[in-house]
Amino acid sequence: MTFSLNQGCQAAKVTLYSGSDTEFEIRDKQLDKLQQSSENQMILNLYVDGRYGSFSTNRMEKHELSKFITNAVESVRFLAPDTNRQLPNPERFYKGGKPDLELYDLKINELQPDEKLQLAYDAANEILGTDERILSIQSSYSDGESFSYMITSNGFEGESSLSYYSVMVSVSLQGEGESRPESYWYDQALSYEDLKKSGIGKIALDRTLQKLGQEKIESGSYHMLVDNMNSGRLLSPFLSAMNGSALQQKNSFLLDKKGEQVMSDKVTIVDDPHIPHSFGACYFDNEGVATRKRYLFNKGVLETYFIDTYNALKMEVEPTISGPSHLVFELGQHSMEEIISTLEKGILITGFNGGNNNSTSGDFSFGIEGFLIENGKLTKPVSGMNITGNMLSLWNDLEEVGNDPRLNNAYQIPSLLFKNVDFSGL
Amino acid sequence: MLKHFSVSEEDLKKVLAAALEKGGDYADLFFEHTFNNAVGLRDGEVNTASSNIDYGVGVRVLAGDQTGYAYVENTTLEDMLKAARTAARIANVATIKLPSEIGLKIAPQNFYAVKQSWEDIHVKQRIPFVQKLNDRIFELDPRINKVMVSLSDSSSHILFVNSEGVKYSDYRPMVSLVATCVMLENGVYENGHASRSFRMGFEFLTDELIEEIAKDAVEETAIMFKAIKPKGGEMAVVMGAGSSGIFLHEAIGHSFEADFNRKGTSIFSNMLHKKICGDLINVVDDGTIPFNRGAVNMDDDGVDGQKTYIVREGILHSYLHDRISAKHYSIPSTGNGRRESFRHAPLPRMRATYMENGNASEEEMIASVKKGVFVNSFTNGQVQIGAGDFTFFVKSGYLIENGKLTQPIKDINIIGNGPQALADITMVANNYKMDNGTWTCGKDGQSCPVTCGMPSALVSKLTVGGLS
Repeated sequence: MTFSLNQGCQAAKVTLYSGSDTEFEIRDKQLDKLQQSSENQMILNLYVDGRYGSFSTNRMEKHELSKFITNAVESVRFLAPDTNRQLPNPERFYKGGKPDLELYDLKINELQPDEKLQLAYDAANEILGTDERILSIQSSYSDGESFSYMITSNGFEGESSLSYYSVMVSVSLQGEGESRPESYWYDQALSYEDLKKSGIGKIALDRTLQKLGQEKIESGSYHMLVDNMNSGRLLSPFLSAMNGSALQQKNSFLLDKKGEQVMSDKVTIVDDPHIPHSFGACYFDNEGVATRKRYLFNKGVLETYFIDTYNALKMEVEPTISGPSHLVFELGQHSMEEIISTLEKGILITGFNGGNNNSTSGDFSFGIEGFLIENGKLTKPVSGMNITGNMLSLWNDLEEVGNDPRLNNAYQIPSLLFKNVDFSGL
Repeated sequence: MLKHFSVSEEDLKKVLAAALEKGGDYADLFFEHTFNNAVGLRDGEVNTASSNIDYGVGVRVLAGDQTGYAYVENTTLEDMLKAARTAARIANVATIKLPSEIGLKIAPQNFYAVKQSWEDIHVKQRIPFVQKLNDRIFELDPRINKVMVSLSDSSSHILFVNSEGVKYSDYRPMVSLVATCVMLENGVYENGHASRSFRMGFEFLTDELIEEIAKDAVEETAIMFKAIKPKGGEMAVVMGAGSSGIFLHEAIGHSFEADFNRKGTSIFSNMLHKKICGDLINVVDDGTIPFNRGAVNMDDDGVDGQKTYIVREGILHSYLHDRISAKHYSIPSTGNGRRESFRHAPLPRMRATYMENGNASEEEMIASVKKGVFVNSFTNGQVQIGAGDFTFFVKSGYLIENGKLTQPIKDINIIGNGPQALADITMVANNYKMDNGTWTCGKDGQSCPVTCGMPSALVSKLTVGGLS
């Protein structure tokens, strides 16, 4: 940072990352792949004479780095000025002093390769030979750690460290004709102790068996229940539309909607970044700005946008935070199974297949698979269909919020029930 | 190139020997030094620049179908040996001998010789083209409200060496120019975008290119105001020439990648040399199109770039192979072993995937459809390899009613099943076009640049998203 400032930068931010990952992958009783990686990176955000550039490298030798920075500063001088590019007001920085968020588990340094390999074997062994239709079982164990350190020329200094542990199993089955349905299940955790080390293979096999005999059903307007593996897909267009850059570029279906009812009043979502030992938890964002608990949606009313320093200055509004950290839903009363039992007719979504969302209008269309629900029961696996609609009307038609989010995720979103969803099939 | 990475032939041999010390039957080293640059325009001015340097070497060891992989971000002998010994742990059998000589393999052709390397081009030479694209888009339509432009280039120095004594070097350029615009009409905003990408140097940037991208971006966006969401369901789909190649990429391309077939998990696993669609259909995956985004002089397994027929006269002619699957099937590799960077082991990946011309015309194709859609602008697609269900998202197109294009349509997903959709192609036109947009294919966490192309083709039945 000092070197950059000496080269003529008026302000600078320097971020260092380092991380390493290990993965063992088993396929059909044999080790298929082992991969080990470790990497480092330095990112420089440079502010030169009212102009801005961003530079990164994994070449840390002093003479190369000096040349890299000198060239970087020189190239920024040729850009058009953009005085809205500034470091955050120091008053907004995280100042330290809060308790450790418990995102790093020292066990990562103790685990031996053989133990990791055994976990991958164990995950697959649960289901080996249990069904003659199994074509292939792939399982893996992976873990890793990452560290980051950030410093700015106007007084921020912060660091974070994280470890993760994960087990995954995917299964491929012989279906009817040439069809070979496949599915998977996984668990991930921030500490080794929290990782579910058994049961993953069994769930993966069950999820795949359920897909046998999938077919397309009649087009129509149905109730749609989305399971907790997939409900996040329907929230993410909102999170993108709340982003300051999208709003500034008029490329958001939530433009000028802050303070308005944009979803059913059954939806309350809080960004709660300071819960220790939870995915996504952090004390500061990528600018060093202190995070805090805030409502995104309160009884369906849009409470905030994600506005960083640059976009705040461009739009002449108050900045908030760069993006969401750890999202928590206000939960309903019932599990997915209980909701299914109350439905006379509907479709349960257990997977999306492609599709997209128009960022300016909120119009969407996604491929889906899942099950037909009739009289409170799953009666037929379905696939090869699309759902089509608009994000605002979809979420306005939300009927029920489940009580069952997967807790091993930064966005803890339960199963969700919507009404009047257009399905196209036969 | 040895000098570029500060390594000697002696070092290479030592590292390969360490990689094979547990008894792997093959090892390779993939050295990469990549320079990325980008300049960005926002709100009328070129006001951001970025650069990234990436450097390292990946060590791969194969023992049968098994892979050991490790990489380091420097090329000191000590660290390379450490990576080699990590990757070596995949194997557990008797050792084999290394060849005493490492010969230099020269790629038969250079499909992307640069005239002006991006490494010699100053940021101030890039800026005027980016500015001009913005200005041209604003000139073309008064409804333009916002424009963002990004010009990104990269130059990769590659050195590859393996335990069979093959060594080659490659210089891989890449450039992409992307424009995104937002238009405002009667209080309604719509967005659209256009892009071009090639393995070229600075000579890529021309006034003609700027004009093409500007017109595409404006047309893409303007049509959205007139477009509606159609009524959904099963219907005939006319795939327009060019970017409809995404249909081939998703519906058949991925399912023909030999790793899925080797593992028996693709819906096409038992269909090699069988008739899978009409006689008039030829589908190619080609790494030899000069300057194409998907071109490869040598693949990342050390195999020559080549052109591969995957479907010939309706018969499944070849899978797309990397080194592992070629060995598994005891045939020569098709040169499809590609990797995102030195951080990854190669996998069978597509290059430029397209259908060759047929004999129909687009007009007669449309005229033959009573009720259906014509589609020619896409954003993304996906496939389930085993079940065969593929999808692609249509940004815009038209309804076909009684043999005529009528109402513009937008924002719908189309879904079909690979083998069925191929069998349902009933007409292929003679208007083949390659789409040179910024197509990027994702698989197993690795991104690879690809392209796709197609003549117009009629698929008699697909499930089109829409209102009920």
